[in-house]
Amino acid sequence: MSEKSNLLPSGLERIESLQMRGIVKRFPGVLASDHVDFDVKAGEIHALLGENGAGKSTLMKILYGLYQPDEGEIILNGRPITINSPTDSLEYGIGMIHQHFMLVDNITVAENVALGMKSSRGFRLDLDVVSARIEELAEKYGLQVNPRAIISKLAVGQRQRVEIVKALYRGAALLVLDEPTAVLTPQEVDDVFVIFRQMAADGHALIFISHKLDEIFALTDRVSVLRDGRMVGTVNTADVTKADLANMMVGREVLLERVRPPSQLGDVRLKMDQVNVVNDDGQRTLKDFSLEVHSGEIVGVAGISGNGQRSLARTIAGLRAVESGKIWLDGRDVTGLSPAEMFNSGLSYIPEERMHDGVVKDFSVAENMILQDYIRAPFSKGIFLDFKTIEQHAGQLISDFRVKTPSQETPAKNLSGGNIQKLILARELAREPRFLIAAQPTRGVDIGATEYIHNQLLQQRANGLATLLISEDLDEVKALSDRIVVLFGGEIMGIVNSDEVTTEELGLMMAGERRMEMPQATA
Amino acid sequence: MNGELTTIAIILGIIHQGIRLATPYLFAALGETFSQRSGVLNLGVEGIMLMGAFFSFYVASETGNLWLALLAAIIIGVLMGLFMAVVSITFQAEQGISGIGLYLFGLGMSSLLFKTMIGSVTGITGFSELQFCVTDSFCLADIPVLGEIFFSHSILTYGAFLLVPISVWLLKRTTWGLKVRSVGQNPEAADSVGVSVNRARYAAVILGSALAGIAGASLSISLLNVFQENMINGIGFIAVALVYFGGWSPVGVMFGALLFSTISALQLWGQVLGLNISSNISVMLPYILTIVALAIPFRRAAQPAALTKPFSRGEN
Ligand SMILES: Nc1ncnc2c1ncn2[C@@H]1O[C@H](COP(=O)(O)OP(=O)(O)OP(=O)(O)O)[C@@H](O)[C@H]1O
Ligand SMILES: [Mg+2]
Repeated sequence: MSEKSNLLPSGLERIESLQMRGIVKRFPGVLASDHVDFDVKAGEIHALLGENGAGKSTLMKILYGLYQPDEGEIILNGRPITINSPTDSLEYGIGMIHQHFMLVDNITVAENVALGMKSSRGFRLDLDVVSARIEELAEKYGLQVNPRAIISKLAVGQRQRVEIVKALYRGAALLVLDEPTAVLTPQEVDDVFVIFRQMAADGHALIFISHKLDEIFALTDRVSVLRDGRMVGTVNTADVTKADLANMMVGREVLLERVRPPSQLGDVRLKMDQVNVVNDDGQRTLKDFSLEVHSGEIVGVAGISGNGQRSLARTIAGLRAVESGKIWLDGRDVTGLSPAEMFNSGLSYIPEERMHDGVVKDFSVAENMILQDYIRAPFSKGIFLDFKTIEQHAGQLISDFRVKTPSQETPAKNLSGGNIQKLILARELAREPRFLIAAQPTRGVDIGATEYIHNQLLQQRANGLATLLISEDLDEVKALSDRIVVLFGGEIMGIVNSDEVTTEELGLMMAGERRMEMPQATA
Repeated sequence: MNGELTTIAIILGIIHQGIRLATPYLFAALGETFSQRSGVLNLGVEGIMLMGAFFSFYVASETGNLWLALLAAIIIGVLMGLFMAVVSITFQAEQGISGIGLYLFGLGMSSLLFKTMIGSVTGITGFSELQFCVTDSFCLADIPVLGEIFFSHSILTYGAFLLVPISVWLLKRTTWGLKVRSVGQNPEAADSVGVSVNRARYAAVILGSALAGIAGASLSISLLNVFQENMINGIGFIAVALVYFGGWSPVGVMFGALLFSTISALQLWGQVLGLNISSNISVMLPYILTIVALAIPFRRAAQPAALTKPFSRGEN
């Protein structure tokens, strides 16, 4: 066979090998990378696995030039290089899709793609050229994106597609994917995997981070596992089992199955009757939505992203006004109440966009733990905050939910993605709510913490909590829910008992091709 | 009949004056628009205008060359903008405070220089009104009504209005404008694709300050043709408010500028006609209107999300 060209189809020089050696990165109170060795080769998809806070993003940010290592070196094709900023890494052909969106939200998709790139017209923007190229890429890889759409109007799944298009457009020789699938639907995941495999076959090197072991097995050639900033080891994916990986990651056995005991239904906690909601663009996002959720019950909401789930959660939380219809909580008409009034009536809400809606980034962990309740006893006395109680409360939650943080005073933005999610969950459950909306509660959360969160939700269910679980992970919905509401285009396609419905039936309903109704098992 | 004629003449006069007086507002507020779109609130506009007014006046009276005078205003604007940028972008000082410092510096310095280098209030010949003559005997300014309103201004006034579409073009249609808008909205995202956040902000602040220098010059060597201590009298601060009022868009800013210059014109004519509108009111009015305008939520939504926030990579 002839020598492989050292150019990629896109014309970029390929990255034959890249090594990170003895990388050390210290943050106040944390050793995020502890003499880490890591390497990746052209044509491979290399998984980086580890619990929340293990140091995956940190290591990748060092590679991308966002962080500077305290010690260690990076070697590209045998030559040591220094990467001082993303400008350098982009120059070497290293691209990255970040765990949190890196999009400017008040400009268009095309503008986001063009940002930082040379224009074919010099000083003048060539958005028409960029748009045409985006459409080409979208066509080629089956990614639906509209170059003229403003980012703030897009759902998270669509935003993730924009990030992928951004990376494809730049044609990185080595692409870091920091939890790119966390916000995608199963169908979308399949689609992007095709793209990733194609890239690897073309000679790109890919680093793939995910907490979903199924994905690791479906996609990757090798796996490196990080634990507490140290590299536990690198193995061939084909040589290990899920249980092996879980063990390497957590250092103990992890239960991958969930047991849901029979439900003890109580009174109706949430009731929605013929609710209609219209978004800012005048589109109807919920149509004649009626539902009852009982005490002691978890009702799952299944649907392809963008079919009204977000609108449903935000409407119940009081963040969006209803056009018509009524909502009751504990028998009280709460239609049109403000978010604060809803929280005071016993609602808890774990939002989907956690960085944006769930925490105040610059507030400390302890402050974030009392965001809605700071004004009440026991956290305040008169106009004064009771810092001692707040501290105890935070300390309790941090240890109960195993939130990994150097201290209570650490600003929330410095926690790893999964730990921010645990913080929000801890706060919302600790309020002992009457009704809980959990939107994608385990998105981006490691398997150990997922196990814990699932157990918490089931525990609260046993204690009589009524929960609406919105998730794109069908396995999660089926495992935890008693009943499942399927949404399509803002309309209910059916309310089914989760033990009686098949995944195929759910898929058809989610695609809007079938309606189903089942009598409620117990009531 | 006669009464009607004078009414029309007064209205024409007010419109003419309104367009003329919009000049400094436009230069200053469009400049501030660039700065704010990049995420930097420059409260020092008034101080830069004072210095620009002084230096252009001084150069004009010494050399008689108005273009050289204008260049002097631009240079002092660039220098003061550079200072503001170093302090607020590189050293990440509180922007409100450093802006006020810049204002006080400009106020004190221009007064001091005036006292030591010029001494008394004198006039100069500034930029004259353009004529647009088609033939020897017919100039566009002679067209009834329209002529007086549109064809009898100085080159700086036309420049100020021309700057509106230029600013739209720069912000919307150039790679630089895209960078400026992005670093003002989400600097992390811009940084992650290799855009130098600080460089884009430096450029925007310096351009904005150069325009503020021209704004000052437009008063001292075109509209009024004198220099007095504290002659800017709040226009620089109004310009900052105009950016909010105009919703951070050059066209919005233009309408705001016209609104407030027309109020000033009304006030001048009020004096001519013996109606007494206090100048204090006309200085207050823009702020009151701006506060009212900002209370409308959709306007606030246009505010650059990173305005006043210095950028550093999230390493600490
Ligand atoms: N900018 C920062 N300042 C301080 N500490 C930080 C910073 N970034 C990360 N850390 C800490 O470094 C550790 C590793 O974080 P990192 O984000 O790399 O984890 P991760 O493996 O990506 O986790 P996740 O799966 O939750 O995304 C965590 O303890 C985190 O709190
Ligand atoms: Mg991470």
